[in-house]
Amino acid sequence: MVRIYINDQEYDVPAGTTILCAAKKAGIRIPTLCFVEGLRPIGACRVCVVEVEGVRNLVASCSTPVAEDMRIHTHTARVRRARRAVVELLLSEHNGECQTCERNGQCELQSLAAELGIREVSYRGEKARKRIDISTPALQRDSGKCIKCRRCVSVCNEMQHVGALFPQFRGYQTIIGPALGRDLASVPCVQCGQCAAICPVGAISERDHVEAVWAALDTPENHVVVQTAPAIRAALGECFGYPPGTLVTGKMVAALRRLGFDAVFDTNFAADLTIMEEGTEFLMRLRKAYVEGQQDVLPMFTSCSPGWVQYLEFFHHNLLPNLSTCRSPQQMFGAIAKTYYAKKLDKRPEDIFVVSVMPCTAKKFEASRAEMNASGVRDVDAVLTTRELARMIRIAGIDFQSLPDEEMDAPLGLCTGAGVIFGHTGGVMEAALRTVYEVLTGEDLPTPTLLATLDGIKEAEITLKNVRPEWSFLEGVTLRVAVAHGLGNAEKLIRAIEAGERQYHFVEVMACPGGCIGGGGQPRFTDNRVRLARIAAIRKEDAGKPLRKSHQNPQVKQLYEEFLGEPLSERSHKLLHTHYIAREPV
Amino acid sequence: MPDDAKPAGVFSAPCACQEVSEEDRYAQLDDILRTYRNIPGALIPVLQITQTIFGYLPEKALRKIAAALNKPLSEVTGVVTFYSFFNTIPRGRHMIRVCLGTACYVRGGKQVLAALKEELGIDVGETTADRNFSLDVGRCFGACGLAPVIMIDDDVHQRVKVSQLPRLLEQYRDKQDTTSKT
Repeated sequence: MVRIYINDQEYDVPAGTTILCAAKKAGIRIPTLCFVEGLRPIGACRVCVVEVEGVRNLVASCSTPVAEDMRIHTHTARVRRARRAVVELLLSEHNGECQTCERNGQCELQSLAAELGIREVSYRGEKARKRIDISTPALQRDSGKCIKCRRCVSVCNEMQHVGALFPQFRGYQTIIGPALGRDLASVPCVQCGQCAAICPVGAISERDHVEAVWAALDTPENHVVVQTAPAIRAALGECFGYPPGTLVTGKMVAALRRLGFDAVFDTNFAADLTIMEEGTEFLMRLRKAYVEGQQDVLPMFTSCSPGWVQYLEFFHHNLLPNLSTCRSPQQMFGAIAKTYYAKKLDKRPEDIFVVSVMPCTAKKFEASRAEMNASGVRDVDAVLTTRELARMIRIAGIDFQSLPDEEMDAPLGLCTGAGVIFGHTGGVMEAALRTVYEVLTGEDLPTPTLLATLDGIKEAEITLKNVRPEWSFLEGVTLRVAVAHGLGNAEKLIRAIEAGERQYHFVEVMACPGGCIGGGGQPRFTDNRVRLARIAAIRKEDAGKPLRKSHQNPQVKQLYEEFLGEPLSERSHKLLHTHYIAREPV
Repeated sequence: MPDDAKPAGVFSAPCACQEVSEEDRYAQLDDILRTYRNIPGALIPVLQITQTIFGYLPEKALRKIAAALNKPLSEVTGVVTFYSFFNTIPRGRHMIRVCLGTACYVRGGKQVLAALKEELGIDVGETTADRNFSLDVGRCFGACGLAPVIMIDDDVHQRVKVSQLPRLLEQYRDKQDTTSKT
């Protein structure tokens, strides 16, 4: 422990703590625009400067560790002056279109200017030029609004190991972006949107689909259906004043109905369907490995996360055969809505307009992939992020808090607990094992094997006993599974697998930290506290479901009876499975 | 970087004025990358060597470097565009540097620069279409008594007058046909 003094108050803090963290624990707020908990301090914005007695210059508190007897002053006249000058300089070159900016009212630069009481900017200078990049289907960048804090660089390189963004050029000319200041589509960006989720200002956000959805809703001939991913219900409330972790499933359904959707369905239904297909695919792969000796079909990787899928497409072509061929629940839903459901209504696929609400920006990319037209037309027509849905609810004048709780529609609105937990890291694996274990042994999966923690890589083993006769070749086999979230962790896991240090049967990867609940389209700002709260909400929804295994979903059973036949049938292959593309990384 | 990792002959690589084929240059780069592949902190030395090989840093070379050193292209170009030493535009056979240090500046360096831009039809940092000349500025060559000064390749030209420039440039234009002077 180290004895320090902050604003003349005495504190004992662990050695190695930064001044910023020590102050936070002491209940003193030091503002910052670039610091992100859990990542290496960047030290770019200089907003967090403080005065330390005996040190001539002000120091950046985010990157200065405490020392014995350090006397720190966080809000002296000198500090206030410096902080204000820094923010005024940022404002002087910021392309301040606050009134029309997507971040108006929730911009960190805007609120910091308010917090510091800035009424006038004393510096006059050249403004950054507006430069819009909409080269990818998922993300929109405007380097004119960028304050060069480099948070996005940290998440893209350190956390996600993608490296699409990096500071280019120098000094005033600096652009935070892809190689040589070009468009995002010119570099291997997986479009996970973690940059958009962490950007303090309006420089990176999702491509807007709100107008397209209004247009569809305003066209009477359209039958507009909406599906909502599991992670939405655990986070949407945050946009309407509820604390993180508040489940708002019923109100969300009510709001969607009031927005004018003809049917409100659940992506979780498609998640249950995914487990039927993916679980069966896993069993087939086990058979190939253990009976036919084709060891290289294992491990199988999950394929629900489009950021992860594209990561493999860019960087690990040799692993593409190990990626489950199952489409993600979003795309399975679209294909089923435009075929099975359309038929029920005696409509053509093109008469149905499918909107999905996703915690994810990469889902916009996924929906736009050329091969995602199994129904003959685009399977998913528009993808809204959680933030965009909240905006629509506000525009429609719906008082979210006073809405009643309503139920999803049939037949694509019923789900089991297994479908719900798709929303958090470890959830797809757990859902798959609940079904696979029962298929193999006829018994319940002993204990939830992969707890919903935020450890970057989790592993579990399940030894199969009393296996049913048709699976006897698996008797006594210990299934080894692993779960990674955040692409940086996924990369570590891949390296361990490729080096032969680790062997698994089945691996789940979600591109975003925490899984979908921490997706790039979720309400800002997501830190570990918020992630854990959202995971707890998902677990609560799972625990409250009468049915908790995908194969028990009666509507999924009905879908197989009436339409698909059985998992991996010919029709399933056409509608529910896909193929991947080896993309050039540079 | 360990000394033995430095391949012989790299720094005396042929300059842009000699007729070395693209293919040969990329073969040289491949050799360099094989040597430096697993050396930490190799990026900047590799970029320096590559610039010696090509006379500038072509994008194709940057992509090869990124792939070989297992770094994102954005990081590689981030470093390249940060340091003014690195150049992504092909250099001409002759490098003209105009001194804009204090002495040269007050004694007409600025006018000399303007005249050169006009004469060559290019801006600072650019290269003429015939790849004869590249133009750059410097901050004091240590020859203040001779101001204003310009350097063409390794030659220092003192007390330069705007009116002399066309003839001066002509000398170099002639040279490139007969010799391989850099």
